[in-house]
Amino acid sequence: MQLKKIKGQMAAATCALLQVATPVANAAENDWDVDTAFLYYGEADGRVQAAEPAIYMGRNIGDDDRIDLRVVVDALTGATPNGAYAVNGVAQTFTTPSGESSYTIAPGDTPLDSTFRDVRVALGADYTQSLDRMSKIIWGANLSGEHDYFSMGVSANYSKDFNNRNTTLSAGVGYNNDTVKPGGGVPIEFAPMRDQGASQNIDGSSETKTIIDFMVGITQVIDRKTMVQLNLSLGTVSGYQNDPYKIVTVVDDPVAGLPSTAFLTANDLPYVFEKRPDSRQKSSLFLKAVHHLDEDVINASYRYYSDDWGIKSHTLDLKYRYELAASYLQPHVRYYSQSAADFYRHNLVLGTDINTAGDVLVDYASHDYRLAESTTTTLGLKYGIPMDDNSEFSVRGELITQSVNDGAVPAGQETPDLSAIMLQLNYSFVW
Amino acid sequence: MKWLMSIFAALVLTGCSSMGVEPWERDLLAKDSMQLVPDYFDNFYDEHIYFSKEGSSGGQGVGGGGCGCN
Repeated sequence: MQLKKIKGQMAAATCALLQVATPVANAAENDWDVDTAFLYYGEADGRVQAAEPAIYMGRNIGDDDRIDLRVVVDALTGATPNGAYAVNGVAQTFTTPSGESSYTIAPGDTPLDSTFRDVRVALGADYTQSLDRMSKIIWGANLSGEHDYFSMGVSANYSKDFNNRNTTLSAGVGYNNDTVKPGGGVPIEFAPMRDQGASQNIDGSSETKTIIDFMVGITQVIDRKTMVQLNLSLGTVSGYQNDPYKIVTVVDDPVAGLPSTAFLTANDLPYVFEKRPDSRQKSSLFLKAVHHLDEDVINASYRYYSDDWGIKSHTLDLKYRYELAASYLQPHVRYYSQSAADFYRHNLVLGTDINTAGDVLVDYASHDYRLAESTTTTLGLKYGIPMDDNSEFSVRGELITQSVNDGAVPAGQETPDLSAIMLQLNYSFVW
Repeated sequence: MKWLMSIFAALVLTGCSSMGVEPWERDLLAKDSMQLVPDYFDNFYDEHIYFSKEGSSGGQGVGGGGCGCN
């Protein structure tokens, strides 16, 4: 109720959101600011690998308006956890999303679906419309597509400067419509995965969801060396929010945690497709401070996030730009910690959560590690060389470690930690 | 959420007007490194990766597009 009221107030206050992040503009009139980047992201243990080239271009139009364009390509391969967990002494066989083939995971190994492969192309455009000397609206549009997922969205961000331009207030709204079209069709929630070649538990070929975000923010110059930002965001997601490729293991006895055999009918496997609520309300508070020391710069932020799925999280991010003679080094630390979603389940127990006829007695369940209690720690270092002609080259490397706390589960059945590296090259220039 | 809105309103209505600098004191604030998001693609890639790997997202802005991230 309270949320609804605030949303109403925010909508009435109108307009868009907080400052959209666009690259630092250096170009003179009629020149393009260009930023090119390449990202390699690789997870250990044969999991996801991604290569992601990107280009951004932006230029002023007339005296006060501006256009910003972005193209990002995301090529992914590797394996991703399918939701079942490792079981010592038991090999597990799963059917691929198409229903036409299967893969077997050795005893004690984490079940990963290695058929995962995708190319995603994302386009973004922002148009900054100056309203008067002190206020502007940034109109944004996004479009992205991959073989099983399509997303399109629009946004509007209004901002106004006050107090000799030392205070900026902003408000924004974003709307997104996403369509998921899983390979093999949309699995029926809580229905069992079936043997390869058997008729699969599929209902329809696509599902959609709608995302609406509101945000208000304030940016304040404190003194010659310090600036702070505060954002409040509310978001609502409605529609299909399952991961159509994720399953939950059904067990006869939670102490042993072995996949069940008792509720199965012919051709069923002891795993059911996950089910999440079809609505989600999210809110967050984001604080950032930028402070100039004698030479160096500190950029620090904190986010508190909460949603009605039961996830609460804290994110701390700190970058320290250490100036060298003609270049800089920038160490980066990020720490993230979240609580589990209420319906995060390691398994479903036969007799308690699901009966022998296959009827699931809980409302929702998912064993997606992203909904588990977890912490993520990132350590990174960037080296940048700004050049006289307003160009800059930089290279960045980061090490990401994520650990999941499943609670009390049998030894060997824990969700494994994730470790990943990212390497990024960047070259920006004026054209 | 109510208390957050109250803090927000209080910040806007008070305090702010006594802080800040004169236009000729913006030398440091004008530097690239002093912008709220000084590294566009660093921020972009970070948001994308953590959106894919964690249960929470957002906070910095609206819009931006979705993905069927695994």
